[in-house]
Amino acid sequence: MLDFVQQLVSGVALGCVYGLIALGFVLVYKATEVVNFAQGDLMMLGGFFAFTFIGMMGLNYWVGFAGAVAAMALFGMLAERVVVRPILGYPQFSIIMATIGLGYFLRSVSGMIWGTDDFKIDTPFSQGVLRIGSLVLAHDKLSVIAATVILCALLWLFFNKTMLGTAMRASSENMLAAYYMGIPVKRVVSIVWAISAAVATCAGVLLAPITFIHSNVGLVLGLKAFPAAVLGGFGSIPGAVVGGVLIGVIESMAGFYLAEGWKDVAPYVVLLAVLLLKPEGLFGLHVRKKV
Amino acid sequence: MRFLFKTDYEDDIRLFPHSGYYVSYGLLLAVLLIAPYVLSSYLMSQLVFVCIYATVGVALLILTGFTGQASLGHAAFLAIGAYTAAYLQKYGVPFPVYFLAAGLLTGLIGALVGFPALRLQGIYLVIATISFAFIVEEILARWESVTNGNEGMRIKAVSLFGVAVSRDGPTFYFLCLAVLVLTIVGTLNLLRSPTGRAFVAIRDSETAARSMGVNVALYKVKSFAISAAITGFAGVLFAHKLSFISPEMFTLQLSIEFIIVILIGGTFSLHGAVLGAIFIVMIDPFLTYLKDDMPGIIAGIAATFGAGTQAAANVQSKVAAFASLNGLKGAIYGIIIVLFVLFEPLGLYGRWLKIKLFFQLFPLYKRATFKRQKIYVKSERNR
Repeated sequence: MLDFVQQLVSGVALGCVYGLIALGFVLVYKATEVVNFAQGDLMMLGGFFAFTFIGMMGLNYWVGFAGAVAAMALFGMLAERVVVRPILGYPQFSIIMATIGLGYFLRSVSGMIWGTDDFKIDTPFSQGVLRIGSLVLAHDKLSVIAATVILCALLWLFFNKTMLGTAMRASSENMLAAYYMGIPVKRVVSIVWAISAAVATCAGVLLAPITFIHSNVGLVLGLKAFPAAVLGGFGSIPGAVVGGVLIGVIESMAGFYLAEGWKDVAPYVVLLAVLLLKPEGLFGLHVRKKV
Repeated sequence: MRFLFKTDYEDDIRLFPHSGYYVSYGLLLAVLLIAPYVLSSYLMSQLVFVCIYATVGVALLILTGFTGQASLGHAAFLAIGAYTAAYLQKYGVPFPVYFLAAGLLTGLIGALVGFPALRLQGIYLVIATISFAFIVEEILARWESVTNGNEGMRIKAVSLFGVAVSRDGPTFYFLCLAVLVLTIVGTLNLLRSPTGRAFVAIRDSETAARSMGVNVALYKVKSFAISAAITGFAGVLFAHKLSFISPEMFTLQLSIEFIIVILIGGTFSLHGAVLGAIFIVMIDPFLTYLKDDMPGIIAGIAATFGAGTQAAANVQSKVAAFASLNGLKGAIYGIIIVLFVLFEPLGLYGRWLKIKLFFQLFPLYKRATFKRQKIYVKSERNR
C-alpha cells in the first residue's frame, strides 16, 4: 500500500510535468489550431536559460526563474513571428513540419551552446522532504504539483474570464470571423506563443531537479506530453493537466507493477486506446460537420 | 511552347504525354545504368540509399500526398519489412520469397493500422502513427526470441539464383533501381486507375468523395496497406544494404526523414519523392565536404581580399572549429525544413516546374501562378 502511494505521488509529479507541456500544446492549439511539435524543446530551452541565470550567473533562484520566463516569452514571440506567422492559414501539415524543423534547430543549437552534458539547477526545494507517517514526499515533486495546479487555475481564469482570453478563443474558432470582429488576430497569436513558451519554461525549471536538463529532454518529454494532451482532449486546459497526471500515473504504475518495457509503451497504448474509443478525449468537444 | 491537344480521357492519362518524354527518361535511364561503372564506391552506396529512400518516399506520397493521410510512423513499416527479411533469411528462405513475404506482411499490418486510422484526422492521425511506431520499436527491442532484442540482427547478402550479391556491387544497385522503377511505374498506374482517383478525391474533400459514392473507409485502408507494403519492400533492401539492423535505427527520427523527403521534393508529384531522396541522402556527403574543405576555401577567400597569412590561418581554424561542432547537422536540417515550408512549399519539383514555366512563357511569367491561397479554415474541431 505504501509502495502504491509512493508510486502514485511520483507518478502525479511526473504527470504534472507532462501536463505543463501539454498545457503549452493546448494553448497554441486553442488559439491557432496549430500543434507545436517544438513545445518540448521550448521547455528544454527554458531550462537552459534558467540554468544560465541561476547556475552560471549565480542569480537568486526566483529572479533567475522570472528572468528565464520573461526571456522565453520573448523567444516564443520571436519563434511565432519567424516560423509560424508566414504560414498561418496554410494546411496544418506544413505548420507541423515547420515546428518539427524548429525543434530540430533548437535541440542542435542548444547542444552546441551548452554542450551535451546533464545540468542540474539548485532549487530551494532540492533537499527537503515531507514525512507523513512513513510516507516520504520530496519537496521538489510537491513543488511541481503545486505549481501545476496554480498555473492551470490561472490559465483557466485567463481564458474564460478575461477579454484577451475570449479573443483567443474566438480566433481559434474562426480566424477570419474573429478578424472581422476587430480582434487583432496576429497579435493574439503572438501573445499565445509567448504564454505557451512561458508555461514551457515553468515546466523546464520545475523539472530540472527531477530529470536534469539536457538537450534531448524536450524531445523525450514532449513526445510523452502528446498522449497527455490527446487524453485530455486537445483544446481543454484542465483536460491537459488531468491527461498529464493520468499518463504520469499510468507510466509509473506500469514501471512498478508490469514487466520491464511496459513503462515506455504504456502511455502510447493508452493513447491509441483513447483515440479508438473516444477520439475527442475526456474533456474535448466533438461536433459533427453539418453540410 | 508545345500544346498538347487532348481528344479523350486516354490522352489525358498517358504515361508519356509526348515524344520528348521518351528522350529525357531514356537519357536518365542510360545515365543510371552506366553510373556504377563511373562513380566511386562511396557515391554508389549513396545512390543505393537514394533508391531506397525514394521508394519509401513514393510509398509515403501515396498515403500523404495523394490520400491526404499524414503519417509519422513509416520507420515502423520499414522496420517490419527489414526484420521479416532478416528472420526468414535465417531459416533459409530464398530472397524472392521473403522479399514478397515482407511486403505482404507489412501491407497487412498497414491495413490493420489503417482501420483505427479511419476515425482519425489531421493531428490525431499524426499522433496515432507516432504511437504505433513507438510501440513497434519497443516490441522489436523486447521480442528477443525473434528479433534478438537490442543486439540487433545480422543479415547475409542477397542470393539471387544461387549467386551471392554483394551489397556494394553494381548488381545490388540494379536490384534497388529495379524495385524503385517498378514502384514508380506501378504507382503511376495506380494513380490513374479508379483507385487512385478515389485517393485524390478523399484528399481533396472527404465529404464530397463520400457523396460521390467513394467508399472512404475502404480506400483509406487500401492506401495504408499499399503504402505500407511498398515501405516493407524498401525495408528488405534497407536491411540488406546495412547488413545489420537493430531497433534504434527505426526511430521517429527516420520517420521524420521520410516526411522531409516528400516535403522537400514536393508532395504533389512522384518526381518529388526522387528529388527529395536525392537531397536527403546527398546532404550528408555535402556536409562532410563542407566540413573538410570549407575552412580552406574561406581562408583562401580571406587571403585574396588582403587578409594577412596570420589572419587567414586564424579564420581557417575558427571556421574549422565551427564546422566540427556537434549538432551542426541537426541545426542545418532544422533550418532546411523551416525554409522549405516557408518559401518553397511545392518543394524541389515545384521549383523545377516554375523554372520550366518561366522559360516556356518567357516574358510573360508571373509569380502569382504558383501562389498558395490562404485558407483561414474554421476550427478543425467542427469538421
